[in-house]
Amino acid sequence: MTTLFVIIGYLCLLLALGLFSNRLFRGTSKDYFVASHSIGPFLLLMSVFGTTMTAFALVGSTGKSFERGIGTYGLMASISGLVHAAIFFLIGIRLWAFGKKHGFITQIQFFRARFESDSIGYLLFPILVLLVIPYLLIGIIGAGKTIEPVTAGAFPALFTNPTAPQWLGGVPPWLTGLVVSLVVLSYVFMGGSRGAAFANTFQTIVFMIMGLVAFTFIINALGGINNAGNVPARINEKGLIVQDYRFDKKEGILKENSPPKPIGRVVESESSNLTNKQPHFWREPVVAEFKKKNPKTDELVPFERELGIPFITFVTYLFIPLSVGMFPHLFQHWLTARSAKSFRLTVIAHPLCIMIVWVPCVLVGAWASGVLPPGIPPPAVLSAMLNLLVGDPILIGLLTAGVLAAIMSSLDSQFLCLGTIFTNDIVIHRSGPNKYSDKQIIFIARSFIVVIVGLTYGLAMLAKDANVFDLAIWCFSGFSALFPVIFAALYWKRTTKEGAIASIIAALVTWLYYFHKSGYGGEYMVGPGIVPAAICFAVSAIILVLVSLVTKPPSKETLNKFFPNKSEL
Amino acid sequence: MKRKFIWILFLLLFLLHQDFWENADLILGFMPVGLAYHAAFSIACACLGGLAIKYAWPNDLEEFAEEER
Repeated sequence: MTTLFVIIGYLCLLLALGLFSNRLFRGTSKDYFVASHSIGPFLLLMSVFGTTMTAFALVGSTGKSFERGIGTYGLMASISGLVHAAIFFLIGIRLWAFGKKHGFITQIQFFRARFESDSIGYLLFPILVLLVIPYLLIGIIGAGKTIEPVTAGAFPALFTNPTAPQWLGGVPPWLTGLVVSLVVLSYVFMGGSRGAAFANTFQTIVFMIMGLVAFTFIINALGGINNAGNVPARINEKGLIVQDYRFDKKEGILKENSPPKPIGRVVESESSNLTNKQPHFWREPVVAEFKKKNPKTDELVPFERELGIPFITFVTYLFIPLSVGMFPHLFQHWLTARSAKSFRLTVIAHPLCIMIVWVPCVLVGAWASGVLPPGIPPPAVLSAMLNLLVGDPILIGLLTAGVLAAIMSSLDSQFLCLGTIFTNDIVIHRSGPNKYSDKQIIFIARSFIVVIVGLTYGLAMLAKDANVFDLAIWCFSGFSALFPVIFAALYWKRTTKEGAIASIIAALVTWLYYFHKSGYGGEYMVGPGIVPAAICFAVSAIILVLVSLVTKPPSKETLNKFFPNKSEL
Repeated sequence: MKRKFIWILFLLLFLLHQDFWENADLILGFMPVGLAYHAAFSIACACLGGLAIKYAWPNDLEEFAEEER
């Protein structure tokens, strides 16, 4: 119950911050959508970083590391440090300059002007909404999965139908999702992008600090930093996967299992020497068989899991972080910058912030393989580790608030961006810029945000068992497939509207094909382990080049507008 | 020339990311070799960002954005 009070206290603090940012709101639509281009370097870094790190970063990375080991960091975090920073430098600053000069508020406005095409906006709008919605679902599902285990036992008479029997009385995912949606809605509704920037900064600081605090407490519980390295599951001389330790919750200490407890066995591996290896500490693929309890029959059911990461998967995963170049919510954050110089801190510090958040999470996920049952759902690993190893309810409350902070600092920007693109690219674009007053424009945006929040909440309840990491990867893959369009629009004069439209359609068709093949959101690899995003990207890029070369180039006027004769541009 | 050097460093980092794998040794008793390498890689990315800002900053973009429409 104490844990729950701490979480409620955090949410109230966030609402108070929303009220404060509302007092700074200047009442104009430009302030509501892009904070009147007034955000400085630190707020820009925190809001961009907070937006890119969602449930995926804390809950997803820990769960994926529990499944596949430390390769998760190279797979997603270190390559993101390189690719994200390059995109902020090569694309973010340039789009900010065009946005500020020509008054663009959304990506679609930029594309319509660059490609002299009205229809490209109507094609892109549903695609962007289609891809942002799964991203929103990740946040709401992740929040529900985080809160239920840590509040288990709080209301045993009230919440009698838990997701897992041991979580009886925990706050159910439907209620967590509802509260989180309403809290985010309240401060986005009131303060717009300025409110989101303030809330993001506060929440990013909270989740970075809380992540490090959780890491410190987990290390102590595992017997100190030097012993933590011995904890992950190990392969013995018979090819069995064993846990050498268990955590005695009553005594609050780590105890050695004598003999080690077998939890699975190696089924397949190309490596000849596996004895005493800890498969979560390397990246060589090892197929293992574990057992998990069927919640309905209590029977132990075997299941296979590939530990480690195939090399071809590791290489092709680099296409996933290209998605930030096409995130509409990130585009909106870029446009809030006061000047191009505001980007400097983000370019340098973003890879470091990723490291500060991801390294502890990946280590905790690998360590969890030695003390948690292998059948635990990956998204529940972080909260299960906190529950097992950190006994203090106040601390668990603070750490859970940190996870919620990471989730909500992404939800706010995504809700706001959908309201922004609907208002600007559909309503105002159809009616003309002078039909609605500034107040009416803000009202339309707020109304659409309310509708999107309601729709997202409903969908999250239907998809509540989705794997947060895999769903995120599908969302990122779609945006990555659209990356050639934004890159070519900025750097290749010969790109035509026909080329861009053909590329968008090719990206969509390829993405839908693989999404269908995956069973609508599961983990899916092509051939020897190629990530579908790589193929979607390649198809989109090839189509863009071929169609552009055989169609009429853009007008001179457009080229002069977007490729002015300046030495640096 | 400086810009080309930045691009070469970027491509070099890109190649260094594919650090081909079976080593599960621990540094300082807790940090797996592969994870330590990639954490160092993240720091190298931040340094590259600093070099890009110093030697390849698009100065004219600021001026361009502030010009009257």
